[in-house]
Amino acid sequence: MTKILPPGTVAPDFTLNVTPDQKISLRELRGRPVILAFYPADWSPVCGDQMAVYNEILPEFEKHNAELMGISVDGPWCHAAFAKERHLHFPLLADFEPKGEVAKKYGAYREKDGFCERALFVIDQDGKISWSYVSPVAVNPGAEGILQALEDLQSTGARKSA
Amino acid sequence: MATLRVPVTSNDHIQGIEDAAVTLVEYGDYECPHCGVAYHVVKQLQKHFGSALRFVFRNFPLAEIHPHAESAAEASEFAAANEHFWEMHDGIFENQQRLSSKLLFELAAGIGLSAENLRESLASHEYAPKVRQGFLGGVRSGVNGTPAFFINGIRHDGAYDFESLAPSIARILQLKKSA
Repeated sequence: MTKILPPGTVAPDFTLNVTPDQKISLRELRGRPVILAFYPADWSPVCGDQMAVYNEILPEFEKHNAELMGISVDGPWCHAAFAKERHLHFPLLADFEPKGEVAKKYGAYREKDGFCERALFVIDQDGKISWSYVSPVAVNPGAEGILQALEDLQSTGARKSA
Repeated sequence: MATLRVPVTSNDHIQGIEDAAVTLVEYGDYECPHCGVAYHVVKQLQKHFGSALRFVFRNFPLAEIHPHAESAAEASEFAAANEHFWEMHDGIFENQQRLSSKLLFELAAGIGLSAENLRESLASHEYAPKVRQGFLGGVRSGVNGTPAFFINGIRHDGAYDFESLAPSIARILQLKKSA
């Protein structure tokens, strides 16, 4: 298994297509927590489950003012069709050209397979990774780890400002 | 390893006796076709293990992909408040292909509940907070899709067919016997 970037690392910046004609950069989201969910592919049944569950939990992520973004090597048109079919209300980023470049920076790319690991990162307000986790490709990691990481982030934030 | 964070209590929908050796908890969605299949698997497991197995069903509706899942979950809670949870539960899964508001009213009437009261309950989302609370409890326990099974509190990561669930349950029974 690839070694993913550990907590404490500055999250590498990137600019990726979020729709066929729109791009987003990680640095634009500075000031609020960001959840990056790398996943192998649109349409495969397990991924569908994972994204479907996240979709239902969005209000919980929003309570932490956190932005969720899914990332795979699928192209923006594919993402658009997938998001439309599954009613996804969060952005899917296309790590499409050069393929897997962002996933590689995060240690979340499977060279042998040519797609992303099922890897999760929670990035704090200052752009530093506060939690990361990689799940076996066949196992949907759910959302419990993300919620715990966001809560931990909030309590450290509260301590800092106290 | 994902474990059940919300313990089984008398607020749960339970089939079987409290001191059963094994408790199987399912988080399910009434419109999910896989849960429709799992419904029959659970029946088979209950028949096979008898009183050694206690079964608990918790709602986990994925409403964005299943337009009727939320109202079906709320209808099951409505039936539960009137002590007819399992009739509603079975009725929905056995008629899953035609799941609609109409079916829910029909099932309510069939088990002696007021379809009119159910209509009002669904319109005001009377049981939505309860369903949401259950959903979030599932998320915290590591529910990652439906159906999700927990055997004595540990998430079952294998397939959800009889051939996969039964040996996992049997193994625990065996351990309990030799303990």
